[in-house]
Amino acid sequence: MRTVNITINGIHISVPDTYTILQAAKEVNIFIPTLCYLKDINEVGCCRMCLVETKGGKGLQAACVTPVAEGMEVFTHSAKAVDARKVNLELILSNHDARCQTCTRSWTSCELQTLANKMGIQQVRFEGETLEHPIDTGISIVREPNKCILCRRCVSTCQKVQKVSVIENIGRGFHTIVGSPFERSLSDTPCVNCGQCINACPVGALHEAKETTKVWKAINDPDMHVVVQTAPAVRAALGESFKMPIGTAVTGKMVSALRMLGFDKVFDTDTGADLTIMEEANELIDRMRSGGTLPMITSCSPGWIKFCEHNYPEFLPNLSTCKSPHTMFGAIIKTYYAKKHNLDPSKIFVVSVMPCTAKKFEAQRPEMEVDGLRDVDAVITTRELASMIYDVGIDFPSLPDDNFDDPFGDASGAGVIFGATGGVMEAALRTATDILNGSSTDNIEYDVVRGLEGIKIAETEVGGVKLRAAVAHGLGNARKLLDMVKKGELDVHFIEIMACPGGCINGGGQPFQSSEVRNWSNVSELRAKALYQEDRKMYVRKSHNNPSVKRLYKDFLGMAGGTLAHKLLHTHYHERDSYPDAEE
Amino acid sequence: MIKNVNELNALRDIKRQELKLRHGGKVSASQEGGRMQILVCGVAGCLSSGSLEVASGLENLIKENHLEDEVKLIKTGCMGLCVQGPLMVVYPDKVMYTKVKPEDVEEIYESHIKGGKPVERLMAAEADGKIIEDALANHSFYSKQMKIALKNCGQIDPYSIEEYIGCDGYQALAKVLGEMEPEDVVDTMKASNLRGRGGAGFPTGVKWSFAAAQQQRKKYVCCNADEGDPGAFMDRSVLEGDPHSVLEAMAIAGYAIGSDQGYIYVRAEYPVAVKTLAAAIEQAKEYGLLGENILGKGFNFDIEVRLGAGAFVCGEETALMTSIEGNRGEPRPRPPFPAVKGLFGQPTILNNVETYATIPRIILNGVDWFNSIGTEKSKGTKVFAVGGKIARTGLVEVPMGTTLREIVFDMCGGIPNGKAFKAAQTGGPSGGCIPASALDTPIDYDNLIALGSMMGSGGLIVMDEDTCMVDLARFFLDFTVDESCGKCVPCRLGTKRMHEILTKITEGRGTLEDIDKLEFLANNIKNAALCGLGQTAPNPVLSTLRYFRDEYVAHVVDKRCPAGVCKAIVRYKIDKDTCKKCGICKKHCPVGAIEGDRKTGFTINRDKCIKCGVCMEQCPFKSVLRNA
Amino acid sequence: MASNCKGCAEFEANKKALDEVIEKYKNTQGPLIPALHEAQQIYGYLPFEVQRQVAEGLDIPLAEVYGVVSFYTGFTTKPKGKYRINVCLGTACYVKGAESVLDKFKTVLGLNEGDCTEDRKFSLDACRCIGACGLAPAVMINDDVYGNVTPDNVELF
Repeated sequence: MRTVNITINGIHISVPDTYTILQAAKEVNIFIPTLCYLKDINEVGCCRMCLVETKGGKGLQAACVTPVAEGMEVFTHSAKAVDARKVNLELILSNHDARCQTCTRSWTSCELQTLANKMGIQQVRFEGETLEHPIDTGISIVREPNKCILCRRCVSTCQKVQKVSVIENIGRGFHTIVGSPFERSLSDTPCVNCGQCINACPVGALHEAKETTKVWKAINDPDMHVVVQTAPAVRAALGESFKMPIGTAVTGKMVSALRMLGFDKVFDTDTGADLTIMEEANELIDRMRSGGTLPMITSCSPGWIKFCEHNYPEFLPNLSTCKSPHTMFGAIIKTYYAKKHNLDPSKIFVVSVMPCTAKKFEAQRPEMEVDGLRDVDAVITTRELASMIYDVGIDFPSLPDDNFDDPFGDASGAGVIFGATGGVMEAALRTATDILNGSSTDNIEYDVVRGLEGIKIAETEVGGVKLRAAVAHGLGNARKLLDMVKKGELDVHFIEIMACPGGCINGGGQPFQSSEVRNWSNVSELRAKALYQEDRKMYVRKSHNNPSVKRLYKDFLGMAGGTLAHKLLHTHYHERDSYPDAEE
Repeated sequence: MIKNVNELNALRDIKRQELKLRHGGKVSASQEGGRMQILVCGVAGCLSSGSLEVASGLENLIKENHLEDEVKLIKTGCMGLCVQGPLMVVYPDKVMYTKVKPEDVEEIYESHIKGGKPVERLMAAEADGKIIEDALANHSFYSKQMKIALKNCGQIDPYSIEEYIGCDGYQALAKVLGEMEPEDVVDTMKASNLRGRGGAGFPTGVKWSFAAAQQQRKKYVCCNADEGDPGAFMDRSVLEGDPHSVLEAMAIAGYAIGSDQGYIYVRAEYPVAVKTLAAAIEQAKEYGLLGENILGKGFNFDIEVRLGAGAFVCGEETALMTSIEGNRGEPRPRPPFPAVKGLFGQPTILNNVETYATIPRIILNGVDWFNSIGTEKSKGTKVFAVGGKIARTGLVEVPMGTTLREIVFDMCGGIPNGKAFKAAQTGGPSGGCIPASALDTPIDYDNLIALGSMMGSGGLIVMDEDTCMVDLARFFLDFTVDESCGKCVPCRLGTKRMHEILTKITEGRGTLEDIDKLEFLANNIKNAALCGLGQTAPNPVLSTLRYFRDEYVAHVVDKRCPAGVCKAIVRYKIDKDTCKKCGICKKHCPVGAIEGDRKTGFTINRDKCIKCGVCMEQCPFKSVLRNA
Repeated sequence: MASNCKGCAEFEANKKALDEVIEKYKNTQGPLIPALHEAQQIYGYLPFEVQRQVAEGLDIPLAEVYGVVSFYTGFTTKPKGKYRINVCLGTACYVKGAESVLDKFKTVLGLNEGDCTEDRKFSLDACRCIGACGLAPAVMINDDVYGNVTPDNVELF
C-alpha cells in the first residue's frame, strides 16, 4: 500500500492512498460531520454535510467520498465549508417534519437533531413547500416519508446489503421520495421485514410497528397470566439503550426489569433455542440417514423464511420444518406449562422480546398456532422493551441481577450463542456430534463458524461421517450462497442462514447505534463477544444436556421429532407472490 | 465495402467530381452531378415551415420534365438562417432562396431551373432589401462565420456516406490509422488545445491522455448528444446534417485511447437525429468504416445509440453514464473521473457532438491551422444558437474571440422593433446574463466565466428592454427545480427555496433581506452541490444580481416590475388623453375587467384584471399603458 | 385500476411482443432503458404488469425498474389517448370558467384528470397556460388549439 502526505488544517499526516479525507481527518482527531455516510454501505456523497475545502479545489469536496492525494491541503472548518454545511442542514430541516416531541428517535438517537445541536443551528433561515405523503403502516415496519431526509441509507441497505430491493428513490428533484414500486405498502412487496432499513435510518422515518400498548394492556389485565420470553441477542444489546458500553451482557438486570414491569413469568427464549436444536439436529440426522432433502437449511430467522418464500421457492423443501425458538416456546408455554401450572391457556398472554422486526410478522402467520391458540401474542423489540423500562422510571444500570423463572430456568450456552451468526450451526454441531458419536465429546467451540465472514464453510467428521456445513448472514450473502448451491458449486449437508448481517445481535429491533459509532467500530463483533462470553460461563453448554429440556421431553413431548413434537414445534412454508394484486 | 485507404481515396475522387458543382466548379454537360444541384434544408426550423412540401414540389416538376439526370435535388441539414426558412440553395449559381413556399416552386422551376434566371424576390437579402449574391459567403449573416464543426451542415446529404467521403470524410480516420500511433493522436489533440464544446471547456487532449494511460482492456468512447439547454440546437444540427463527422471522430478517439466500443447518448426528443444517426451507423458499417478491421488496419470499433428518456441532468457526464448503465440518471461524485472509472466501471471518455465534429478537421488541417484560430486560451470556433429578441434567429459558427456585438448586431441583425439590447444569456440554465456593457468583450471560455456566465453548449438568448431579469432568473430556476435529479441536498432543496424566494419577489411580496438571503443561498449551492448542474444552477440568479440588482430592488421596495412583466405587480391603465373610446379593449378583455361605455370612456377594474395584456395588444391607439 | 391490468386482454395480447423485446435486450449491457422504450412503444405506457414483466425478464428488482420509470419524464405509467385533450387552466381560462369545461369533459368522457378512456381514444389532462388568453377558455387537442370553449359545446368535440 502506498502512502501519501497531506495536511489537514495545517497538520501534516501520512495516510494510505486508499483513504478518504474523512478517514484521514479521523486519524488526527478532527470531527467532520456526516449524515448520509454509512461505511461500506452508503458512500454516495448526497447529504453534503461533510463538505471540506481543499486548496485549489473547485467548490467544496465531500470528505466521505473524496480520496486523499499527494500534497493535498484540506481545510475542514474554513468559513466557506462551515457556511455550506449549515446551509445544507437548514435546507434539510426546511423540508423535515420536525414534530420532534412525538418522534421515536428524538429523545435518544436522532442523528439529524444531534447534528443540528452540534453545529449550533439556532434557526432555520429557509422555509417553503414541504411534502406530505401518507404513513405506511405494516405489520412489522412503519414508514413515515415526511420525516425522511433522503440520505438513502435505507435504500442502499435494502439493495446492496440485503439484496431484497423493495425500496428505491422514486420520482426526482424536490418530489423524490423513498418508497416501493407503484407507491405500494411495504406489506404488498417482497419486503422480508428484516428492519435493517430501520437501523440504517438516521431519523424517525422508519420504525417498527409498536406493540407496547397491547403488552401494557395485557399486563394491566388481572385475568391475564402474562409470560415474557427474551431472545438471546436482547441481553447483549439492551444495555446500550441505557448508555452502557456496547457488548455489555445485561441478562440479570433485564430479568429484574421485566419482573418490575409486571410480567407474571420471565422465561428465556434460549430454552426454545435448545428445543429447536433438539428438533433440528434430529431432523438433520434423519434426513441424512433416510435420504431426505439436503442441504437442510435453518428456519429460525423469519426474515430469511419470507425471503426464501419470495425468491427461492425451489429451496422450500430444504428448510427445516422447525418453528423458530420463540414460537416453539410459545406453544410449549400454552400447553405443557399451562397444564403443569393448571392455567387456562386462553388466559395466557405470551410476549416475545426480540432483536427482530420480522418476528412480528412471523408471530402473525396463520401457521403459528396450536388448536386455535396463537403461539405468541405480542412481539416487542429490544428498543420497545427499553422504552417500557423508561415508561416506569426504572434506573436500569443500577438494577440487581435476577434469574429466569422455573420451570425452565437457565438454558444452555448453545441457546445463548443462537444470537450470533454461526451460533445455530455451532449449537447444532454440539448436539449432532454427540448424537452421531453416541457419546459426549469434548468438542464444544467451533471457531470456523464464528466471525463476520459473509459466507463460512465448515467440515467436521463425526461418527465416521463427514458433515459439511455452510453459514451465511445477511440476505445478500444468502443469495450468493444459494446461487452457489443451485449451480452445484457447493455441496453441503447443512446451511445456517440469518437474515441480518452479523445475525440476531444486529437485528432490526436492536438499539440504535449512530453512524458515527457504526462507521468507526464493529458493533456486531462487540455484541457477539458478549454472547460468547456468556456461553463460556454456562454450566451446561449443549442443548441436549439442558435439564429442563430433558424433562420436557421425558414428561411431555416424548421423542424429538415425535408426533406431539411435530404438532407443536414444526410448521410448513409456502411460495409467496412478490407483488400480490392490490385490493381494488 | 471499403477495404483500404486506396479504395477510400478512389471513392472520394469520384464523389468529388459530383460535388464540384457546389464548390464553384465549372458546368459541363457530361458531369456526374448533373448541371444543377438544388440543396433544400430538410430539418428543424425549415422542416416545420414546410421545406418538405417545397422539396417534393420541385422533385415532381423535375420528374415530370425528365430532368433527373440534369438537376439533382438534395435534402440537407441545417443551413443556419432558420428564421428565414425554408431555405434553398441552387448551384452552380450559388443562389440562396429564403422563405420559399410551396406555391413559389413553379416560378423557381420555370424561371431559374428552366430559364436560368434566378427569382429575385425570393433571393436572400439584407434587412434593407438589398439582394445578396452567393449569400452563403456574402450575406452579413454568413460573411463573418467560419465553419469547422458545421462545415458540411447544409452542404451534403446527411443520408449519403458517399457525399461525406467526397468531402474528405473518413480521411482523418485513414490518416490516424495509417500514419499515427495512438499516443501521437493524443499528443495531437493536446497540441490542438481543443476544449470541450459541451460546457466547462475541459481540454479534450488531456481527457484522452488520462483514459489512454489506463491499463484496462475494455474502454469506452461516449458521445454526449443529450443537448438539453432550452434554446440550444447546434448538436442536433450536426447530427441531422453531418452525422458521419461524429462517427469518424469517435473512431479516432477509440484508436487513441484503446477502445473498441462507442456509445452515443441522444435525446429521445430528437427523433430526426436518432434516425439520421442510425442510418449513418448502418452505412458506415456497410462501407467497413465501422466494425472490424477498419481500412485493413486491424482496428475494430463499433458504435451503439442509446436514447435518453427525458432528464436534463443526463447531460452531466457521470449521470449520462449512469443512465446508459440503465439506472436513474443521477450524477456521482468525482473522483474517480470517468477517464479512470466511467461507463460500466471502465475507463471512458465523453465528448459532446460539436467537439467530435471539430476533430476530423484538426487531424486533416493540422494543429497549427487550428491554433491560428481563436484567442490565446480558446482555440478554434464555436457554434452559437442565437434566439430570443433578435432579428435573425439561427445557428452561427464564429472564431473564438468574436464579440457579442458582432454576433448580435452584425450577423444577426440586432434587436427587432427598435427596442434596445438589454442582455444576452449564454450557457442556458447553467449560464448567466451578459449586460450591454460587455457587448465588446471577445467571447471565449474564460471571459464568459469572468463575466459570471459560461460557454455552456452555446445557447445565446438575446433580451431586450421588455425582459424582466428577475422573472428570467425565476424561469431558469423553474427549469432547474424541475430537472434537478434530487440526489444532493443543495440542489434538491436549495434550488427549490431559491425558486420560492424569486417567486415571492416577482409577486411583490419580497423584502431586501430576501435578496440577501437569495444571494447567500446561491453562493452556497454553487460551492456545495454534487454535480455541474447543481453547481451552476445559481448562475442565472447570481449574474442578474450582479448586473441588474436595481431591478430586484424595484420589485421589493417599489413593488414595481420595470419591464412590466411580473403580472402580480403590473398595473394596466387606460390613458384618457389618447383613448378614442372605441371599446375594442372591453370587447377583448377575457374577464370583463374593463368598465364603461363609448360615451363615458373606459377604465380598468384592478380587482378583476388578471393582467393578461390582451387589452394593450388590441388597442389600436396605444392607449393602454402598463405600470402607469 | 388502469395501472394494474394483470390478465387483461391488452396485456396478454402484446405479451409476446414484450417477451421478444426482453429477449432482445437480455444480453446487452445496460438493457433496462432501451427495453422500457420499446415496451412503451408497444403498450403506449408502462403499467404495473409491463414493468413487472420487464423486471423479471431482465432480472432487475421491480423497485429499481419503477425508480427508473419514475425518474424520466419520457416514461409514463398512465395511458394516453389517440386524442390528447389538454384543458388550459391558466389564469385567464380559469377565470372564464375553464374549470367547468374540464368538469364537463370529465362527465362526458367519464374520466378523471390524467386518465384515458378504455378504448384509448381520449385522454384528459389539465395544463398550464398555453398562451391563448384572448381565446379563453382554451382547449388543446393534440397540437391544435380551440378557443372560447363552453361547457355546452364540449359535446361537439
